[in-house]
Amino acid sequence: MFDKIIYLDNAASTRLDERVLEAMEPYFFDVYAVATSEFGYSMGIDAKEGLMAARETISKKLGASPEELVFTSGDTESSNMAIKGVAAALKKKKGSHIIVSRIEDFPVLNTAKSLERQGFKVDYLNVDNEGFADLEQLESLITKETALVSIQHANQEIGTLQNINEIADICNEKDVLFHTDATHTFTRVPLDIKKIPVDLITISAHTIHGPKGIGALFIREGTPIEKWMDGGYQEFNLRAGLENIPSAVGFAKAVELVTPEENARLAHMRDYIIRKAFEEIPDVTLNGSRTYRTPQNANLTFHYVEGESMTLHLDMRGFAVSTGSACFSRSLEASHVILGIGGDHERAHGSLRFSFGRYNTIEDVDAVISALKQIVERLREISPLYQKK
Amino acid sequence: MKFPYTEKVLEHFRNPKNVGRLENPDGKGLEGSPACGDMVAVYLKVNPQTTVIEDIKFESYGCASNIATASIITEMAKGKTIADAKKITWQEATDELGGLPPVKRHCSVLAVEGLRSAIRDYEEKHGLIHEQEQTTEEVVRNRLKHVMNPMAGLDIVRTELVTKIEVKEGIIRVVLDLPSSHQFANAIKEDLIEKLESLRDVKEVKVIFTEG
Repeated sequence: MFDKIIYLDNAASTRLDERVLEAMEPYFFDVYAVATSEFGYSMGIDAKEGLMAARETISKKLGASPEELVFTSGDTESSNMAIKGVAAALKKKKGSHIIVSRIEDFPVLNTAKSLERQGFKVDYLNVDNEGFADLEQLESLITKETALVSIQHANQEIGTLQNINEIADICNEKDVLFHTDATHTFTRVPLDIKKIPVDLITISAHTIHGPKGIGALFIREGTPIEKWMDGGYQEFNLRAGLENIPSAVGFAKAVELVTPEENARLAHMRDYIIRKAFEEIPDVTLNGSRTYRTPQNANLTFHYVEGESMTLHLDMRGFAVSTGSACFSRSLEASHVILGIGGDHERAHGSLRFSFGRYNTIEDVDAVISALKQIVERLREISPLYQKK
Repeated sequence: MKFPYTEKVLEHFRNPKNVGRLENPDGKGLEGSPACGDMVAVYLKVNPQTTVIEDIKFESYGCASNIATASIITEMAKGKTIADAKKITWQEATDELGGLPPVKRHCSVLAVEGLRSAIRDYEEKHGLIHEQEQTTEEVVRNRLKHVMNPMAGLDIVRTELVTKIEVKEGIIRVVLDLPSSHQFANAIKEDLIEKLESLRDVKEVKVIFTEG
C-alpha cells in the first residue's frame, strides 16, 4: 500500500468534505422526520426548514429563486427530467424535435437516444476540434417544431466551456427552450440565470465534495415541464419521493465551501500540469481548448502509448486517473468525446484526464508528472509506433 | 489494492519478456492498426535447418492484456519449431496467465495473431507454403476479420460494415456500409487493402463506399 493515494479523478467523484458530513449529521439522528407543512409536528417543521434553507443556498448560487430548484438523485436524473419532461409537455403543443451536441455526457446523450426510439427527431450538433458547438449549424437546425436544445456548459472529459451566452441568446431569439448540463461547472464557473437566458440547468453535489446521490434541476419559472415519475406531491409536484434532506443539506454546505480562491488554485494546478507535461514529455497533445476550459480539468494525449496501460502503471504507483481509451471502458468503446472533436482512435487511445479537487496539491502534480514521464518512456520503448529520436 | 488481473498478468505487464525489435528478422507479423486501437508486432529469428524459433521479440501499442499475452506467448514460442509454435492457442496463453477478464479477449487474441502472422510471413518468404490456396470470398472474409472498425473497436465483419464481397478474375470488390466522406473511411480502406493485396492471385482490391 501507499502512504497516500493521489486522486486525480475528481470529475468522476470527489472525497466528501468533513464539514459537509458535519452539516448532514443532525438530519440523520435528530431531525429525521419527513418535511411537513407548517401545521405539522415540530420535528417535521425543522426538517422542512432545513430543506428550505438548502434550496435557498443552492438556488442563490445560480441567481434563481428557491421555487425554481427541484432536488433530484443526481445529474443523471436531472437531465432525464429536463429533457423527457419538456419533451412530454411540448410534443403536442410545439413539436417533437430536439437538438443536443454530440459530445454530451451519457445522461443527456442517452436520454436523447431514448426519445429518438420513441419517435422524436433528434439532431446531434457538431463540435469543432476543441469541442465548441457549431453555432451556425445550431441556428440552421432550429425549426418551429424544436422543443428543446440541450448543450452542456462544459465537457466532462476535455473540459471545454461552451459559449453559453451566445447559445442561450440564439435559443431565446428563436423561442426555443434551452437546457444545459452544468455538472462540471456549478460553483466552479459562474452561471447566473439573470444574465443568461437558460431555462433548465442540471447540477450535482458529487463533483464538489458533496454527497453522492443528490443533485438538482433549475427550472425557470413558467417553463412547460411534465412530471415523469409518479408518486407523492413533493418538490412542487415535480419530483415524487421522500425528500433526501440530509443530502440536500450536505449539497448546500458543499456549495458554500467552494470559494473563488479554491477555483483559482485548481486553475493553477491545471495550467501547471499542462505546462509540465509539455516540458517533460515529448509528443503530447492537449485535448480541448487552452483558454476556455474548466479550472479543474486537463486532458492530454500521450502519443504512441495506450491509456489503460498508463492508468494501470499509475495505479500501481498510487495515482487514480482516467482515460478515454476503449480498453479502459466497460463497453470497450473509445471516448465519443475525442472521436466527436475529430480525433481518431489513436488520440483517444493515449488520452488521460486529470481532474483536480480540494485535496490535491501542486506536489501531487509534480509526483504524477514524474511517474508518468517514466511510464510513458517505458511504454514507448515497447511501442511499434515509436521511433527513438 | 484491487486489480482485475492475476498476479501473473501483472508481472508480465510490469516486466514484459522479449520486448523490442530484431534487425533483419526472418519473419515479421503486424496485427491491429493505430487508427483503430491496439497493435502488436512480432519478430522472429528461425534456424533454417531445424525451423526452431531461436529468438523472438515483440512490440505492443496496447493495453495490459495485450502486453501480458504477447509477453507470455513469445516465452511459449521460443525454442519451439514453427510448426509447434503455430499451434499455440489463445486459450493456452490465457491459461498460462491464470486467466484474463472476458472483455479483454479481443486485445489478447491480437497478440496470438501477431505470432501466427510472423510465422506465416516466414513460411511465405521461405517457400514453405506448398498448396496454393485460391482466393475465395471466404478467404477474403477471414482476412477482413483482422480489419478494425474504429467506431466500435471490433472488426469490420463482426460490426457488419462489410455488406458485400466479390472475387472475380483476380479483382476483389468489397462494399462497405459507410460513406466515403466518413472520418474513418480512409483509415479503414488502407487497412483493408493492406490485408488483401498480399494474396498471390489478387491483382487489384477495390473498396466501394455506400453513399447516403
